[in-house]
Amino acid sequence: MTGFYTLFYKEWLRFWKVSVQTVLAPVLTALLFLLVFGHTLRNTLEPYPGVGYAAFLVPGLAMMSVLQNSFANSGSSLMQSKMTGNIVFVLLPPLSHREFFFAYLLAAVARGLICGAGVLVFTVWFVELRFAHPLWILIFAGLGSCIMGVLGIIAGIQSEKIDQLSAFQNFIILPLTFLSGVFYSVHSLPPFWQGLSHLNPFFYMVDGFRYGFFGVGDVSPWVSATIVAACLLALSLLTLWLIKIGYKLRH
Amino acid sequence: MVPAIQVEHVVKRYGHVQALAGLSLDIAPGEFFGLLGPNGAGKTTLISILAGLSIATSGRVRVMGFDVASQYQEARRALGVVPQELVFDPFFTVRETLAFQSGYFGIRDNRGWIDELLHHLDLSEKAETNMRQLSGGMKRRVLVAQALVHKPPVIVLDEPTAGVDVELRHALWQFIRGLNQNGHTIVLTTHYLEEAEALCGRIAMLKQGEIVANDTTQNLLKRISGCCVKLKLVPHALPAALRPLLAQESEAGFRLALRHYEEVEHVMAALREAGAKVQEMEVQPPDLEDVFVKIMRSEGVNE
Repeated sequence: MTGFYTLFYKEWLRFWKVSVQTVLAPVLTALLFLLVFGHTLRNTLEPYPGVGYAAFLVPGLAMMSVLQNSFANSGSSLMQSKMTGNIVFVLLPPLSHREFFFAYLLAAVARGLICGAGVLVFTVWFVELRFAHPLWILIFAGLGSCIMGVLGIIAGIQSEKIDQLSAFQNFIILPLTFLSGVFYSVHSLPPFWQGLSHLNPFFYMVDGFRYGFFGVGDVSPWVSATIVAACLLALSLLTLWLIKIGYKLRH
Repeated sequence: MVPAIQVEHVVKRYGHVQALAGLSLDIAPGEFFGLLGPNGAGKTTLISILAGLSIATSGRVRVMGFDVASQYQEARRALGVVPQELVFDPFFTVRETLAFQSGYFGIRDNRGWIDELLHHLDLSEKAETNMRQLSGGMKRRVLVAQALVHKPPVIVLDEPTAGVDVELRHALWQFIRGLNQNGHTIVLTTHYLEEAEALCGRIAMLKQGEIVANDTTQNLLKRISGCCVKLKLVPHALPAALRPLLAQESEAGFRLALRHYEEVEHVMAALREAGAKVQEMEVQPPDLEDVFVKIMRSEGVNE
């Protein structure tokens, strides 16, 4: 356990020491989105009855922050360690593949949740929010940050250079997040795009998370939770196996 | 007695390139062992397999009797590795780096030993300094400390003195010698043959993934009889009669390899005949470099 705990603590310190960049900056970005979109679209849209656009937007932005930052934490940490070569410090000790996996994952989850909470803490003063089902909020924030932490581990292991990781980020993570209903309800889309959105696992994370706030969503939170948990399980097993065989970590 | 390191028929291929060609090697506990060879001979590959950073294509490697693949946790606990590259984590201080490394090995509170390591490696004053702000030599010393946090019985140093100034090199030699005297098994790879000669009790020479020599340092030196003559001439031109003896030429002068000390007479005669002016002359006993050159040229693998 000491090995796992130490690696987790190192990963925690790694982002916490530069929290201006790793926590404050993403929270500020989310606030800017809210300011611009929330203001310009405030009278044009009412996604759910009785829920204003700004209120609708806040959980989406919080979730986006959770997702992007969980991914960025494990992804960039591993990629940087591989690039600079200091990954040997965690490869030489007798850490098991499970300790390795859960330490990177937990630190990613921590950063994701702190960023998400940061967005809520700053917006709750400007926007009237409901917290209809707090447990669902926590469950989806947890599941979402886990999935992205795992994806970050995969991307970090896979990447040899910065541009490979940022390609992963810009061409996969960012489009899937933006098209998951962060800024709109997928119900407002034409049927074809609505159907397509339902193939995007990120949609279920955002929709379920939002359900926790308003008690309404595009699909049932149970369905969302099941789909997200299944994805998480599959990705976790894959990642544990990759670490165990030393894929792109041990030659 | 269980060997400290046991390598059995290890093959490592990277695609079509064969880095290790069925290498076998035993190192006894308490030895100071040198691994020599030109670049690409497979030294670092062998160390990587030992450390679990690479996985052998076939063959077995054991550290203190523990298989590095199936008993990797025990094997890694028995091994401390100082990597060749000057790697560090720029987020942390020296003390944090060492505390983390201890934690990875399952050691919760290692302050006493860390302080001792810092003291011995002359890093005490830099304990709270960020790794980024250290000089190359200090970073090298932190790497040595990191390899020792868990007091491993076997210590592997992959070219620890590459790019290190003379003073630090000697300090490191002394430190490593001390570890060996305290019972640690040391495996050292190096480019500096004088370093291997000064430190190692036994030396294996690698060439293209195979061992071409494996003997005590003294026996290896005995393989070469004769001596060397270093000459500095004005003007810088070697008489034609001496060309066949030339081993090395540089701006500093010529290095001639002689079979016996009596041949010095022949050299002097040739110089006199050619009217060459000798500015400096030195007769030296054979050193490991001559053995190395001889073995690398003649024995073992075909080019």
